[in-house]
Amino acid sequence: MSEAAAPLAGLWRDAARRLRANRVACGALGLLAAVALLALVAPPVSPWDYDSLDWQHLAQPPGLAAAHWFGTDRLGRDLFVRTLSGVRLSLLISLAASALSVGIGLAWGALAGFAGGRTDEWMMRFVDVLYSLPYLFIVIILSAVVGRGSIAVLLIAIGAVGWLTTARIVHGQTRALKRREFIEAARATGLPTRAILVRHIVPNLAGTVAVYATLTVPQMILFESFLSFLGLGVQEPHASLGNLINAGAQEMESAPWMLLVPAAFLVVLLVCLNLLGDGLRDALDPREH
Amino acid sequence: MPSTRASTEVASLPASQALLTLSDLTVSFTTAAGTLTAVRQLSLAVARGECLSVVGESGAGKSQAFLAVMGLLAANGRAQGSARFLGTELLGLAAPALDRVRGAAIGMVFQDPMTSLTPHLTVGEQIAEVLLRHLKVGGGAARRRALELLERVQLTDPARRLGQYPHELSGGMRQRVMIAIAIACEPQLLIADEPTTALDVTVQAQILALLADLKRERALGVVLITHDLGAVAGVADRVAVMRAGSLIETGPTAAVFKSPRDPYTRELVRAAAPPPAIFSAPGTAAGATALALTDLSVEFAVSRGWLRSPTRLSALSGVTLELAAGEALGVVGESGGGKSTLARAALALLRPCAGEVVWMGRALLELPPRELRALRGELQMIFQDPLGSLDPRMTVGEIVGEPLSVHRRELAAAARAAAVVEMLRRVELGSELLGRYPHELSGGQCQRVGIARAMILEPRLLVCDEPLSALDGPTQQQIMALLERLRRESGMSLLLVSHNLAVVRRLCERVLVLYLGRMMELARTQSLYSQPRHPYTRELLAAVPVADPDLQPARLKETRPGEPPSPLAPPSGCVYRTRCPHALSVCAERVPAWEVTGGAGDGANRVACHRWRELS
Repeated sequence: MSEAAAPLAGLWRDAARRLRANRVACGALGLLAAVALLALVAPPVSPWDYDSLDWQHLAQPPGLAAAHWFGTDRLGRDLFVRTLSGVRLSLLISLAASALSVGIGLAWGALAGFAGGRTDEWMMRFVDVLYSLPYLFIVIILSAVVGRGSIAVLLIAIGAVGWLTTARIVHGQTRALKRREFIEAARATGLPTRAILVRHIVPNLAGTVAVYATLTVPQMILFESFLSFLGLGVQEPHASLGNLINAGAQEMESAPWMLLVPAAFLVVLLVCLNLLGDGLRDALDPREH
Repeated sequence: MPSTRASTEVASLPASQALLTLSDLTVSFTTAAGTLTAVRQLSLAVARGECLSVVGESGAGKSQAFLAVMGLLAANGRAQGSARFLGTELLGLAAPALDRVRGAAIGMVFQDPMTSLTPHLTVGEQIAEVLLRHLKVGGGAARRRALELLERVQLTDPARRLGQYPHELSGGMRQRVMIAIAIACEPQLLIADEPTTALDVTVQAQILALLADLKRERALGVVLITHDLGAVAGVADRVAVMRAGSLIETGPTAAVFKSPRDPYTRELVRAAAPPPAIFSAPGTAAGATALALTDLSVEFAVSRGWLRSPTRLSALSGVTLELAAGEALGVVGESGGGKSTLARAALALLRPCAGEVVWMGRALLELPPRELRALRGELQMIFQDPLGSLDPRMTVGEIVGEPLSVHRRELAAAARAAAVVEMLRRVELGSELLGRYPHELSGGQCQRVGIARAMILEPRLLVCDEPLSALDGPTQQQIMALLERLRRESGMSLLLVSHNLAVVRRLCERVLVLYLGRMMELARTQSLYSQPRHPYTRELLAAVPVADPDLQPARLKETRPGEPPSPLAPPSGCVYRTRCPHALSVCAERVPAWEVTGGAGDGANRVACHRWRELS
């Protein structure tokens, strides 16, 4: 009987139950957790550092019997450690940036959509203006001000671009929801606007936002690698999945493992995140039984 | 008759023989939960020039049976048995052969004329498409034929309608267009699936009268699928009653109505009979004024596109009304008449452009938002769409308990939970529904949940906006009885908006008739139904179908065509004059006064008509 007591507990608890029942989503979540754990634990434990050079083994191919399981790059750096610290950095940046962009976008879009009228117009035109600015321009200015290669700049830059799309999606959904009779029923009950947003609008947006967020994470990983490639993101000797894949792509013919190892991790992350997103969407929709 | 369609078989059959014969038709669906049988061994026949009505509540399988006949079942559906149309077996017929039958020899009319017309094609193009497809006529000939058809279905201003899109037409006009398309190729059989359910009562009568005319004129076989026994009584020659996929009774209309054999048919016929008496609580109407609306007007801005200033649509104009404590007042009229606007304005859910709403001496529109919200516990509402008014992501327990979490914050979780269970009991729902989501409930259960949510705070005023129109017959009866009982128990006031005059008659002591947002007549229920003063009230009452096959066909013959004009350009003077059979020049010049016709004081009967004295 806690349903009536805690209005939201029901939805989230039920969603968790449905997610647990979804084997594919659970598998994806488990694999994600395993990779994340490995990325956290393995680099400190390993005898190698992400920037230590092993002059005896330059461009060594991978092998379980070798000193370096995933091989080394041209400078003799251990790819196992570099890839995992790349995973760590990429996950950190993309998760934080996704949280930032989804959080801002959700709040902005839901507020604008629910307020309607002139407020809505101004808020969404502001989004349009930001959309029309070349984001690289923003990133370059930010880097110039704060300093190149700073993770904070990367986060802000990626988040600042990402939330615009979220805001638009949420805005459209909110406007459609607002016209539904149950929102009017909530107003007739005497719920203040804030409560309507939190209790009725946001839970009904949750499915869409969850899917969008899990799709945003891989997007952020790719965007980070793009910025790194331009020299605006993570800089050597620090490793991210983006700059590892870039470096690997240049050695594709002579040392393919340099591309394949980080790329395999990226693929695993992206597939898992997408499967998890689908699972979340189904779990958050009581109609999907 | 077009030659392309006439096969030799068709020509050789005598006219008296059955057009369509179903024998042992079984329709089943394969779902994740297993095989679901929608229709069980249905055997029926329709003859030329005969109207067979198939009745039953939603889910009885009446639509699925005929969708199967037309080869229109969903992908997971399967039909067995036989359906012969003029000797041709339709089940399992290949698509090209079936297409020659569909649309040409058998026409179909669906419930929702908006979704069954293509939104991006004009009316003319849609009719021409059928003519081109089945009769191979195009161009000027098709246009002339389309115009003839629109004239035949009595669409006003047919030449202009040809170039209009479905969204520019009203529901009744769209249904006329659907019928025009269905009869375009001179079919021998017309299958009409709930053709009037989505329409206003006045338009319903017009559409049924049209179907009856077409049947007579062309010796058309008609299958009328409906849950409305009033419609059946008006046009059907024979009735087939279905329940849970099976045929339970069939016979001539008069016989089935007068001496139904099956207990379920008896229940249906009883539910359709006019309500015996009005619920009246003596003394309650004499209570002090609870809600007072003074000169209330509501306007909406209607966008006319880019860079053009929006026009004002007057949804409600000059409504003055007093509702006593414990009184039930009904608001009736056609759609677009401002009924729902009045319901929302009375609760200050929308802002009127003029006028006052006073609840228990407090002007609601001047209250600060916080105080108004606090007051909402006393003023509750029930909505038209039982499912849509419940948050799909909340369980029944959360939905019913939500008002308590807003207005009775001091209540402990356990006490709140107990109150929710008790409230569910009062609306006759078991506590096993607490953890269910709205989509898992039936329409009637959803509406009960909506009522429980409104009633849990023991409101002093309950506003119901078409609470029954989305429910089928027997469920309507149950919900009506529930509302009646709750009102008796709680002594609250009731403002009931409905297009169903029978519902209002049963539940309300006084009735207000609205037309284009203006008050036409306000009277005690008894006098309104026995002595309607306004011509519009009379038209509404005449359109109410009576489930009596002796009376209804004659009543249908008297229906006059006509629909409300656009509220964007209301007629001058009396707004009803364009449809009124008694209109004089004075009606166009002056707005009629709100005159007292009987009674005195706040409860007096009133009417807005220049000629009510001579006409009564």
